[in-house]
Amino acid sequence: MKQHTLSVLVENRAGVLSRVAAMFSRRGFNIESLAVGTCEEPDMSRITIVVNGDDGVVEQMMKQTNKLIDVIKVSDLTARESVERELALIKVAAETGPARAEILQIADIFRAQVVDVGAKTLVLQVTGDISKIDALETLLRQYGIKELVRTGKIALLRGPKTVKSSK
Amino acid sequence: MKTGARTLIEALQREGVDTIFGYPGGVVLPIYDELYDSSIRHILVRHEQAAAHAADGYARASGRVGVCLATSGPGACNLVTGIATAYMDSIPVVALTGQVPTGLLGNDAFQESDITGITMPVTKHNYLVKDVADLDRVVQEAFYIARTGRPGPVLVDLPKDVTTSQVKSGGTVPKTVSLRGYQPNYEGHVRQIDKALDLIARAERPLIYAGGGAVLSGASAELLEFVETAAIPVTTTLMGLGAVPGDHPLCLGMLGMHGTQSANYAVTECDLLLAVGVRFDDRVTGKIETFAPNAAIVHIDIDPAEIGKNKKVDVPIVGDVKAVLQALLRRMKKRGDTANWVARINNWKAQYPLGYSDDDRLHPQYVVEQLSDVLKGEGIIVSEVGQNQMWTALYYTFTKPRTWITSGGLGTMGYGLPAAIGAHYARPDMPVVDVAGDGSIQMNIQEFGTVAQYDIPVKVVILNNMYLGMVRQWQELFYDRRYSYTELPPVDFVKIANAYGIEGLKVEEKDGVRGAIETALAADGPFVLDFRVEREENVFPMVPAGAAINEMIGVRQR
Repeated sequence: MKQHTLSVLVENRAGVLSRVAAMFSRRGFNIESLAVGTCEEPDMSRITIVVNGDDGVVEQMMKQTNKLIDVIKVSDLTARESVERELALIKVAAETGPARAEILQIADIFRAQVVDVGAKTLVLQVTGDISKIDALETLLRQYGIKELVRTGKIALLRGPKTVKSSK
Repeated sequence: MKTGARTLIEALQREGVDTIFGYPGGVVLPIYDELYDSSIRHILVRHEQAAAHAADGYARASGRVGVCLATSGPGACNLVTGIATAYMDSIPVVALTGQVPTGLLGNDAFQESDITGITMPVTKHNYLVKDVADLDRVVQEAFYIARTGRPGPVLVDLPKDVTTSQVKSGGTVPKTVSLRGYQPNYEGHVRQIDKALDLIARAERPLIYAGGGAVLSGASAELLEFVETAAIPVTTTLMGLGAVPGDHPLCLGMLGMHGTQSANYAVTECDLLLAVGVRFDDRVTGKIETFAPNAAIVHIDIDPAEIGKNKKVDVPIVGDVKAVLQALLRRMKKRGDTANWVARINNWKAQYPLGYSDDDRLHPQYVVEQLSDVLKGEGIIVSEVGQNQMWTALYYTFTKPRTWITSGGLGTMGYGLPAAIGAHYARPDMPVVDVAGDGSIQMNIQEFGTVAQYDIPVKVVILNNMYLGMVRQWQELFYDRRYSYTELPPVDFVKIANAYGIEGLKVEEKDGVRGAIETALAADGPFVLDFRVEREENVFPMVPAGAAINEMIGVRQR
């Protein structure tokens, strides 16, 4: 079992996300994370799906996804040079005192930004690959994470290559 | 200006629709009002499920897209089993459903159901039309998607305000459909085709395993030519029956759970398996690891997702079966020497014939054999699901494609009678016979009403054993004969038929079978035959679930 990042270009239409998600669910494919949003073409969206599976299973996932009429193109970015990023917002307990200073120090090391300061909490924003966010989360847990939200991974190929409509 | 309903009817006419199977209701009133004086024939069924099956039967018998129509909510929901049936067997159907007005969508309005959500996993694609301006395009796309590539059902949901609102008439409709997310590939890759030919030239024990894809692509002539040119024996799936003549010397009949011994042995022994328009279904392969264990596998299918789904293949060829077979025939330079292999298969055929007790009792297999002997391939046989289906598959000799109509993938009991109605409208020139069990016929028996109303000359052959026979067979073999809820009380089907105004005959003796079949076929209108057959007859041979397909029980040896 290996982690794969699939980039899926779809028609920007009502119900497309539910078609993709429902197909994964009914065929028993597990989604680790999923991020969807508009892209360079106004009438298309790009979905980035992180999945676990051996090569045969991932091949099936890609073929079945590709069969959906509203899906324009599916690419597996895993074996290719790509930039992968995720963003997380973390609300951490930070009473004034040494804990708060430590948290700010950790945030600095991770190049996380403080986007909200409260009397008892800080909200940090961090971007990076999945393991970096995991690491920050682990470090902050000792202070008490009140709330956490992650966007799911998004990815693009490096260099001039693109995942474009060619189907 | 014209209404959305008018636009819909015109769009259907442009697609060549001549028949719609449907059932009216509140939100489809505007559509029904347009149908009232339209050239499109509408057949009023007695339950929406039957409308979907009839559209499916129409499609299977004709090769054209079948169309059904139902109202919102319960009407649409009743179509679902029929849509799923068509989906599993890749049958081109367009299902039209009414929907509550767009302003009420999502409000739990009267007779609202999210039918596009409900049918998402059982349609090739579906549409909710929210703007009448999209209607022409959507109908055109729906038919295009349904019939091209790997065919399948497409649902179009039509809110009432869309069908009542006015649209400018005289708009132009594009000649061709272009969908950037849907471009099926018809031509097989030449390099892959040559790889397959190389394997064929070297194979000593090649076997063709042909399925519904060969029928759907209209490739029967090519398949037969390929079988004969390459001298390669052929076995078909349940869905592939009729793709090659069942009485051809190189045809081994059906393979799989209730396959012939010769077919299943040939799969196990072959060194090259040419899988043509098939999907390696579990009812065919048995234990997948031991399916064709000694063979290199070539898989021809139009759906790339079928390749490698269940079984690893050596040479995948993505393309339309007909086009790929034509390319194979065109490029074939050398064929292997299969004489010894064919001789071996002929030995199996002689040694392990199909059979049942030769006595005076009324065996269901005998009924099917007699039917086959009377019709001699000149008819369309529809079946229900269960023992009736398997006996028909085994004992009827199918010689032409699209003369065998059965629910293979979903295994839908109650499919046969409505599908037979659809088949009649597709091929009014052909006798249509539904072979049923007493269990399945009662699942859509209300369609006797439709048959009677339109005097549809469908003949219904009920193999009545007063059991849910296939389940009883499994209980006998694997559950210590504990017949849990599989016994059915006797039903006088002739009386039921008569109540609808349909003729019928009950047959209890073997020597009454032939005459009864001839009487039914000679009758101008519909006819119901109630054969009181041996109650505990089993379908043999049989591969127990999970066993290798050469590990059959109930085998006979000459």
